[in-house]
Amino acid sequence: MAAPRDKFGRPIVVVTGMGVVTSLGAGKADNWKKLTAGESGIRTITRFATDGLKTTMAGTVDFVPVEPFSSTDLSERLADIATEEAIAEAGIGSKGDFPGPLFLAVAPVEVEWPQRMELGRALGGDAQFDYDALLRVSGGGRFAQYHRRFMFGSVADHLAETFGTKGSPISLSTACASGASAIQLGVEAIRRGEADAALCVATDGSVNPEALVRFSLLSALSTHNDPPQGAVRPFAKNRDGFVMAEGAGALVLESLEAATARGAKILGIVAGCGELADSFHRTRSSPDGKPIIGCVRNALSDAGLVPEQIDYINAHGTGTPENDKMEYLGISTVFGEHASQIPVSSNKSMVGHTLSAAGAVEAIFSLLTLEHQRIPPTINYDVPDPAIPFDVVPNKARDARVTAVMSNSFGFGGQNAVLILTREPV
Amino acid sequence: MSEPAEVWITGIGLATSLGEGLDANWDALNQRRINVDEKTFAPYIVHPWAQVNLDAQIPKKGDQRQMEAWQRIGTYAAGLALDSAGVKGNKEILGRMDMIVAAGGGERDLAVDCNILSLEAKGNSAPGFLNERLMNDLRPTLFLAQLSNLLAGNIAIVHGVTGSSRTFMGEEAAGVDAARIALARIAAGQSDIALIGGSHNGERKDLLVLYEFGDFNLKGKYAPVWARQAHAGFALGSAGAFLVIESKAHAQARGAKPYARLTNVVADLARRERPGAVTATLERLWSKLGKLEGKGAIITGATGAEPATSEERTFLGEHRDFAVRASGTMFGHTVETQFPLGIGLAALSISRGALFPPNDPTGLEVEMSTPPSQIVVVGAGHWRGEGMALVEAIK
Repeated sequence: MAAPRDKFGRPIVVVTGMGVVTSLGAGKADNWKKLTAGESGIRTITRFATDGLKTTMAGTVDFVPVEPFSSTDLSERLADIATEEAIAEAGIGSKGDFPGPLFLAVAPVEVEWPQRMELGRALGGDAQFDYDALLRVSGGGRFAQYHRRFMFGSVADHLAETFGTKGSPISLSTACASGASAIQLGVEAIRRGEADAALCVATDGSVNPEALVRFSLLSALSTHNDPPQGAVRPFAKNRDGFVMAEGAGALVLESLEAATARGAKILGIVAGCGELADSFHRTRSSPDGKPIIGCVRNALSDAGLVPEQIDYINAHGTGTPENDKMEYLGISTVFGEHASQIPVSSNKSMVGHTLSAAGAVEAIFSLLTLEHQRIPPTINYDVPDPAIPFDVVPNKARDARVTAVMSNSFGFGGQNAVLILTREPV
Repeated sequence: MSEPAEVWITGIGLATSLGEGLDANWDALNQRRINVDEKTFAPYIVHPWAQVNLDAQIPKKGDQRQMEAWQRIGTYAAGLALDSAGVKGNKEILGRMDMIVAAGGGERDLAVDCNILSLEAKGNSAPGFLNERLMNDLRPTLFLAQLSNLLAGNIAIVHGVTGSSRTFMGEEAAGVDAARIALARIAAGQSDIALIGGSHNGERKDLLVLYEFGDFNLKGKYAPVWARQAHAGFALGSAGAFLVIESKAHAQARGAKPYARLTNVVADLARRERPGAVTATLERLWSKLGKLEGKGAIITGATGAEPATSEERTFLGEHRDFAVRASGTMFGHTVETQFPLGIGLAALSISRGALFPPNDPTGLEVEMSTPPSQIVVVGAGHWRGEGMALVEAIK
């Protein structure tokens, strides 16, 4: 029998395992239940004092204890949890021996404030506080663990060792499109025939004071602090920014041939991936929408589908005035009249913006939408924006026939990535 | 599967501590001229960036202001690479050119950090103290100069490379994987042309702190990489190194002249807790490179950190028919950038028909009198990650 190939003659890439953790909970079952019930995971921040901050809520994952806290440690723990679930579901390889490469979407790593303050305290109270002084106390092995912790490759190293992935693990960042890019790298490796399986993980545990302040200073965050559950309002007229959130998603990708040969259950197909960078501005999309339009078209073309074959769009839908407007422009341009009929909802209305993890978390929710034939809603949609006449699946989940989903991810730095996920090979 | 496409290196952009452009770097290498600063960061040693006229590659002052040094260095070097490949300003090609950047993160605002630490030490520990200082003291756009993927973002904005934009992180290995993935995509027909590379600003005390945690910084007096056994470590370097690589068919169709062929890139992650793991991994990667004819050269990014450098020296000892050069001796350690820099130096050496001279009092590096036709680029990270590339002359 000929190897199962897509219409372009490439190996078909399937998903055989998924794991997810968000502010809604750990695991696919819990997340899906709450997501389709329209529950919000956004809460008032208790991890650190929020005095003086304009935004005091986030989609934190507080049920995974990390002490002393660092975002990199939490990212690592979340990635562990999601990956364990995905590999267990796939039933692939043996414990600690995953038969393929790792592609990890992870936030840029840096020394964080608890550790920097520990260093400061090593100087003593009367010291002159400059980096020369900090340098004098940094060496000698006392803080050796922070070298290992704050290497950019440290989370991928840990996952590679724990799960026994093969070859050089790749840590990547395409900002808020990172999760989708990790999946795209896995798809490409399988299509090239380099690997029969790939582990694609995306994780983000970024809710710390400096990260929050950074986004706040760029006026990107919602300040609808009370009630926090009502903060993220994608596509609504009264949307005022995104809400930072934490989470992780992990997917086991395989060639259809390899998955079938070992009798694995196939959860869905990654039919196409598209990307296109925007050269307009560091944080804003080109006003003509061309890069987003081109990216969506690239994904459709990679999947060999036309817009009419997509029957649900899992939007990037951050809830910033800018993103949602540009996403509408992009989708309506490509989809034409079909754009007003197709359901377009934002998971971020409930889980918040999981940043580096979002592309993978939302790909998993898209695959669950295909599996359950049920579309999660866009919550907090009480004041429609007449400039964005999408069917956003307002406030309540909806049963629907869904055969192909488009999942969008856009990020700072002109990053655009779009995935097409289907139930059956196309 | 069809035959993999042959991939050529058609553009090299170098902006390093030795100067900007291929001639300046080549001349410095041949004169064994090293730009090292033992004073500014004493006792730490850095290879400072040779200042350039930024306007030549980043014409808008507004763009320059939006970047920190590492992004300016990289955006500048990327422009040189596009010029070198003859595609600068070619919107049709740039609009479909893929990009993989190997990046770390950006400079912190040292004054803000130190002020906060100082105030905290004086007893400012009220709830919200840190928030208040960060809200008031951080420059609103500093974040964009720190984000890893914003080097690629700036290259897209300044030079118009927009086919795709991917940023790999993970220290030295990020540079290896950027080359590995870009090559694999072109070889498989997933891409025709790509810009790959990285940049590093070594003149940063926050980075020195990070490496000082692990006692990796070279201190006191500069020594070439192979002469650091008594005082292990690396001197951080500042450099941008970018390459344009494309399929032979794509290059020929547009009449581009190649510097060399990028034949193969391989990488792995040794379990370094086992002594000898780096040596064994390098040996395994060597065997996967393809047919090696001997009498070639090796350009290694050996850091001078131990035990990795000693393990690499053992590996090199098994391949004495290859003349070795350590890029770290001449350029310092540029972390994510070291491997793209090595590929650039290899392609440059092949195109000039000579390997640059040794600079090594220990005798590990020897003269090479014949034009190199095969150069293996080696990258063993100071802490993790091993990779190799085979760069060959096009006959």
